[in-house]
Amino acid sequence: MIELFNNLFFDHTLRTVALGAGALGIVSGALGSFAVLRRQSLLGDAISHAALPGIALAFLLTGNKSALVLLSGAAIAGAIATWLVTNIAGLTRVKYDSALGIILSVFFGFGLVLLTYIQKQPNANQAGLEKYLFGQAAAIVEKDVLIMAGLGLVALFLLFLFWKEFKLLSFDRDFGTTMGYPMALIDFVLTTLLVLAIVIGLQTVGVVLMSAMLIAPAVAARQWTDNLAIMVLLAAFFGALAGVSGTVASSTISRMPAGPAIVVAVSFLVVLSILFAPRRGVIWQRGRDYLLRQRFRALGGKKDV
Amino acid sequence: MFSPQVEIMLIASVVAVACAIVGVFLVLRSMAMMSDAISHSVLLGIVLAFFLTRDLASPALIIGAAVMGLITVFLVEMLHQTRLVYEDAAIGIVFPLLFSIAVILISRHAANIHLDTDAVLLGELAFAPFDRFIYQGVDLGPKALYIMGAILMVNIFFITIFFKELKIVTFDPQLAAVLGISPVVVHYALMSLVSITAVGAFDAVGSILVVALMIAPPATAYLLTDRLHIMIGLSALLGVASALGGYAMAHYLDASIAGSMATVAGLIFAIAFLFAPGRGLLSVAKRRVEQRWNFALVTLAIHLWHREKLSPVVGNAYAIQELRQHLRWSSTYFTSVMERALKQGLIAKRDQYVQLTEEGRNLAREGQGF
Amino acid sequence: MPTNALDVSDLTVAYKEKPVLWDIDLTVPPAVLLAVIGPNGAGKTTLIKSILGLIPTVAGSVRIYGRPYKEQRKQVAYVPQRGTVDWDFPTSVLDVVTMGLYGTLGWLKRPGKKEKKLAMEALEMVAMQDYAHRQISQLSGGQQQRVFLARALVQQAEIYFMDEPFQGVDAMTEKAILRLLKDLRSAGKTVIVVHHDLQTVPEYFDWVTLLNTRLVANGPMEEVFTEANLEKAYGGRFMQLKATARALP
Repeated sequence: MIELFNNLFFDHTLRTVALGAGALGIVSGALGSFAVLRRQSLLGDAISHAALPGIALAFLLTGNKSALVLLSGAAIAGAIATWLVTNIAGLTRVKYDSALGIILSVFFGFGLVLLTYIQKQPNANQAGLEKYLFGQAAAIVEKDVLIMAGLGLVALFLLFLFWKEFKLLSFDRDFGTTMGYPMALIDFVLTTLLVLAIVIGLQTVGVVLMSAMLIAPAVAARQWTDNLAIMVLLAAFFGALAGVSGTVASSTISRMPAGPAIVVAVSFLVVLSILFAPRRGVIWQRGRDYLLRQRFRALGGKKDV
Repeated sequence: MFSPQVEIMLIASVVAVACAIVGVFLVLRSMAMMSDAISHSVLLGIVLAFFLTRDLASPALIIGAAVMGLITVFLVEMLHQTRLVYEDAAIGIVFPLLFSIAVILISRHAANIHLDTDAVLLGELAFAPFDRFIYQGVDLGPKALYIMGAILMVNIFFITIFFKELKIVTFDPQLAAVLGISPVVVHYALMSLVSITAVGAFDAVGSILVVALMIAPPATAYLLTDRLHIMIGLSALLGVASALGGYAMAHYLDASIAGSMATVAGLIFAIAFLFAPGRGLLSVAKRRVEQRWNFALVTLAIHLWHREKLSPVVGNAYAIQELRQHLRWSSTYFTSVMERALKQGLIAKRDQYVQLTEEGRNLAREGQGF
Repeated sequence: MPTNALDVSDLTVAYKEKPVLWDIDLTVPPAVLLAVIGPNGAGKTTLIKSILGLIPTVAGSVRIYGRPYKEQRKQVAYVPQRGTVDWDFPTSVLDVVTMGLYGTLGWLKRPGKKEKKLAMEALEMVAMQDYAHRQISQLSGGQQQRVFLARALVQQAEIYFMDEPFQGVDAMTEKAILRLLKDLRSAGKTVIVVHHDLQTVPEYFDWVTLLNTRLVANGPMEEVFTEANLEKAYGGRFMQLKATARALP
């Protein structure tokens, strides 16, 4: 245990990786809260899968492998995917879930075509694009962490700035419109931040599992509080906790992939919260029901009417 | 038996049809994302079954996978029923967890398992012909073809036998319950089919592209027809088209076959999305424009008609200038509406005055609905 | 000539294939308590949503106190149907009511002490001050409706649009809400209510708009709420309704 903390503070690689995962956890937890409350949990899944062709195309077009270039491609592809999902569901009879499924799988399939195409190019020093599938925390260097932290700070700052507007959008969009707020624009900004949060996580967790980092911390946090601000802070904390513990597990246990480890950690937090959270938690509810029944019986009531 | 190319196309087509016909019900029941969840979590079933049997060819793997698919459905429902988690969030929590556990197990025991996470995720159809089904020294063709063929048969059998039940449960679950058809039983039966189809298919195309084959062709068919049995047939056909088109594309680009199939399935959907008669974007836009003109014409007719009744003048001719002020339309819009009305014989024009024709009066009456 | 509270002219709204509202012309004087009634699918909710700019219109214009709606937003308050929001949203009663002040606050500014105080006053008006810090999921249907009303009250508007405020509330809340609406009218405010219970129309309202895709009638209750008009709006269904509509004048 002591050795672990020692490593966390003094082992340069581990510290870098843990910092990156922590930053990712904070941002995805905070923005994921809004995605969950707006019933857009699975949109995050579609966006992260759709990022793959963006990454591949960015590489094909620029020949550049730096994280910033590839992640820009990912962000653009994610934004296009979101736009398509909304319009397919809005303009035709095809429903939202089908639109999500199509965009998610078709974008991912196209990304795969590009990826395999790149691999067969003779000149390509392509190695490394695959790491975006499952993420590769160990390959994260200081520069990546700086990019992640920079993007994350921008996202969190905007979230803080437009807090009131985002809350209004999530709770009662029509009411906001009647007060004169351009809700479509506010929606666009919040969705862009969601894309940003996903992009930040791609290197560490990968496109396949990124959606869990949006959903799980928020769902866990929701159980402990009825206050949006506390929920967002708690989700950020849970996200960071899972991120750090997942990467630490990955670096201390041999052949433990970081992305899945993070997901298991965050799912553990969900289970804990759903079972043990005061008032909302399952055990709390069961206990309350039990006490009520006891009191009822003490008053002379009959069992199961 | 055949050349490997033909075998690959054959396997791809069988996979596509098997996926498409169960996918129809997922699309109609708004459960498309369940295919995403199931196709990921079946991996855990395969891994666990492998630990028990130590045999990658064992049929127990398919059973294990199908059971895990049902467990996924069950866990999602359980989470949702606590009323603490929205349904979409429940899906988004359960399958990444099960999939992560599977990936961890695979990488921890990589030396013992010939399962490669990349292959699971992405599939590799090109290798399918190498795994032969050999009985008493006779090569009967690729194993994948037999497995997928069997799964396809099961799907067809189930959907044919229980067509009526599936239809009622899909379109009117309450009526189904009244008629004594348990929606729950049908639901879990359908989810079992999705699970075994996902297991069989992901060997060939990988877990994420199973979603493409299950959702894209049925959603395309949904844009083209209203009849359930036509939708099923059309989905199967579109699935085969995606499979063959995808193979051609992969061959041309020397790229992933599964990815190409998904891409082609997406392109076919895009074509239907834009051009489907009646429901595509183009028809909808065209209809909206026509509708706007029709509204304008009816509004004009009703307006003139009202004035005939309320303030009759000789010959019922009204000054165009005055009319425009009343309708408050922009002058270009007003001019084109007037042109259309003239062309359709709804109004007659003399100098700067217009009057309603009998035809125009009829339109106004119709528009008023009295 | 006194200004009308609401002027709607040539309002036409289409949803997909069908016209939902056809060529509606409507004038409403200030300080009335108006019921928008009509059969299911008559476009009652659509009418107020399109007046408020929540649904795109094919044609028509809306004026509030003589000026275009966009200039008059601050004079308008809206109470949507209760079921349109997620009552499990992690927020408190006071917070929801404070949202009514976001319009006057404008971009980026946060609600402060002054806003909290105004919100508390609005809550007192609906007798919900004791629930200010409750989570909204712990409220009954009637309490939720009161919270929505408080959110509209805090807007201190001149004209109120309410979509089925009596839907699914208990008898006591219904009385309380009615008293509040009548108080608003006495204070010179205009209150436009989508309503579906014909029986209570004469008792609750003094102005009626009868709608069935088109405008059937609009005017003072005594003039408009007649058997002939109701039959026009409800058609054959009116015969069945007649038995229940004993309250007809």
